[in-house]
Amino acid sequence: MSTGVSAPPPVVDLRRASFGHLGRPVVTDVDLAIAPGQVVAVLGPNGSGKTTLVTGLLGLSDHLGGTVEVLGTPLARLRDRTRIGYVPQRHTLSGGVRATVAEIVATGLLATRPWWRPAGRRGREAVRRALETVGLADRARFDVDTLSGGQQRRVLIARALVADPEVLVMDEPTAGVDEASQKVLAGVLRGLATSGTTMLVVTHELGALRGTVDRVLAVDAGHLSFDGTPQEYAAHQAERARAAGREDA
Amino acid sequence: MSDMLALDFMRNALLAALVVGLAAPLVGIFLVQRRLSLVGDGLGHVALAGVAIGVVTDSSPVWTALVAAVLAGVVIELIRARGRTSGDVALALMFYGGLAAGVVIINKVEGAQTANLTGYLFGSITTTTRSDVAVFTALSAVIVLVTVVLRQRLFAVAGDEEFARASGLPVLALNIVLAVLTAVTVVVAMRVIGLLLISALMIIPNAAAQQLSASFRAATWWAVGLGVVSSVGGVMTSYYADTASGGTIVLLAIALFALAVLGGSLRKAVATARHRHAERHLHEHGPGCGHEAVAHGDHVDYLHDGHRHAAHEGHYDEHADHPSADADPGSGGVAGARTGRHTLGDREEVTR
Repeated sequence: MSTGVSAPPPVVDLRRASFGHLGRPVVTDVDLAIAPGQVVAVLGPNGSGKTTLVTGLLGLSDHLGGTVEVLGTPLARLRDRTRIGYVPQRHTLSGGVRATVAEIVATGLLATRPWWRPAGRRGREAVRRALETVGLADRARFDVDTLSGGQQRRVLIARALVADPEVLVMDEPTAGVDEASQKVLAGVLRGLATSGTTMLVVTHELGALRGTVDRVLAVDAGHLSFDGTPQEYAAHQAERARAAGREDA
Repeated sequence: MSDMLALDFMRNALLAALVVGLAAPLVGIFLVQRRLSLVGDGLGHVALAGVAIGVVTDSSPVWTALVAAVLAGVVIELIRARGRTSGDVALALMFYGGLAAGVVIINKVEGAQTANLTGYLFGSITTTTRSDVAVFTALSAVIVLVTVVLRQRLFAVAGDEEFARASGLPVLALNIVLAVLTAVTVVVAMRVIGLLLISALMIIPNAAAQQLSASFRAATWWAVGLGVVSSVGGVMTSYYADTASGGTIVLLAIALFALAVLGGSLRKAVATARHRHAERHLHEHGPGCGHEAVAHGDHVDYLHDGHRHAAHEGHYDEHADHPSADADPGSGGVAGARTGRHTLGDREEVTR
């Protein structure tokens, strides 16, 4: 520990943390520290609590116990929420009305300025840069409804990136996206990982993120059931499969 | 025209119609976005109870209606924020309770004659006084100012409440602001088109505007334009045709909606006929996709096997090989160039 060079403080630091809804815990006793630049996949079956865990970091599910520190600040005292970018799992982007790609992405900047101040040139520049990062700069003025599912997912990523967050939380970014778009999407995530963005990705399948993820968490029945590298996770899965096979025999 | 403007009550009526036509669609677009189109209708019901209280206590019905509608609007948002399933029933109780109480109280006080009641339910613009118009104009100015300043925030919250909350926007406060704006709009429009029809002027111009625009910004201005044309045009029509102003305004708005649908689909058909789709491919063009990017006016074409592909809606268009050819519409440009591979299969790619 006392090597002289102290490790950078973790971006996310959970100690015996529990999260839930309406006072009812869904995930409990989570101990977790995520270092800057790590790309973490959160796996688990439906209803395991993986989404509740990550949305807890965003204040969308209730923090019910233990300590939660994000970016070195206790969660409840984190004022500037745009430091955590959020990519929700959604199917519509604008509700019941038309909106352009740029209009959607610009909403990611609103919380960074006071309510009376209109968007300035710097804001428009940030929108353009975010769209460039996800490869949609040429579609800024398109009606979002005309984009494919994968492109819409990238619009949501751009909306999360536009305020320059220090950590990106994504809920199923590759689910329900056709294979060609999934490739582009994976490329975008790889680019973000290379540039050092800390990411927490809830996902069903690791396949689309192969080579990008450097840590895997598995959540099962409200608890962390695995924490390790993708290689260790593969070995862990194989072990479990073998054990299940022996039981059947 | 001048005979109409010579009448004092018609000048008041037209001014009231103008401010209502301006304010109602501006607020209504967020209700359409939240898929709460009928909430204005419910607030209108509750406002009638406020009117009744005003009649009973001999105070100005406009102000008592305003208090009732604003309170109801805030309660609705608080119920919605709690997210209980019983919230829906609570709204029904509040809306119908308000309407029923209003009818009972007004009839009790004024006996069997229901002219006053009908006036509030369906509008009676010719009885709008000068001081009413002054109040409506002031309230409308507040509505317009608040929606213009907060429109991006209201847009963000109405479009994706979860993301807005995660990014730190005050979601509940903004929802309450919208509810109060809706309540104020209901009261401003009460004399002009009536409590039972007011929701129409908030929703229908927006539904029409959606047919004509591809951005939220453009849709907002279209809706305001159509709203003003409906309300002012409706009042003028009702003067010459001797019809009820509220109903006339709403029917005119619906006629404009039908025209917008027609215009929107015509424009789409023309646009479809005028451009050529590239062959379908799963590959998505973008920076670093391996195809050479060529700047072309306000967009980028990608050189794909000697063809120039430009993203358009859910597909790629075939753009002319020489920029000069399609820059000059006289030579046929995009429309007149080789029709190439244009099959029914390509047309199916046009989603709307």
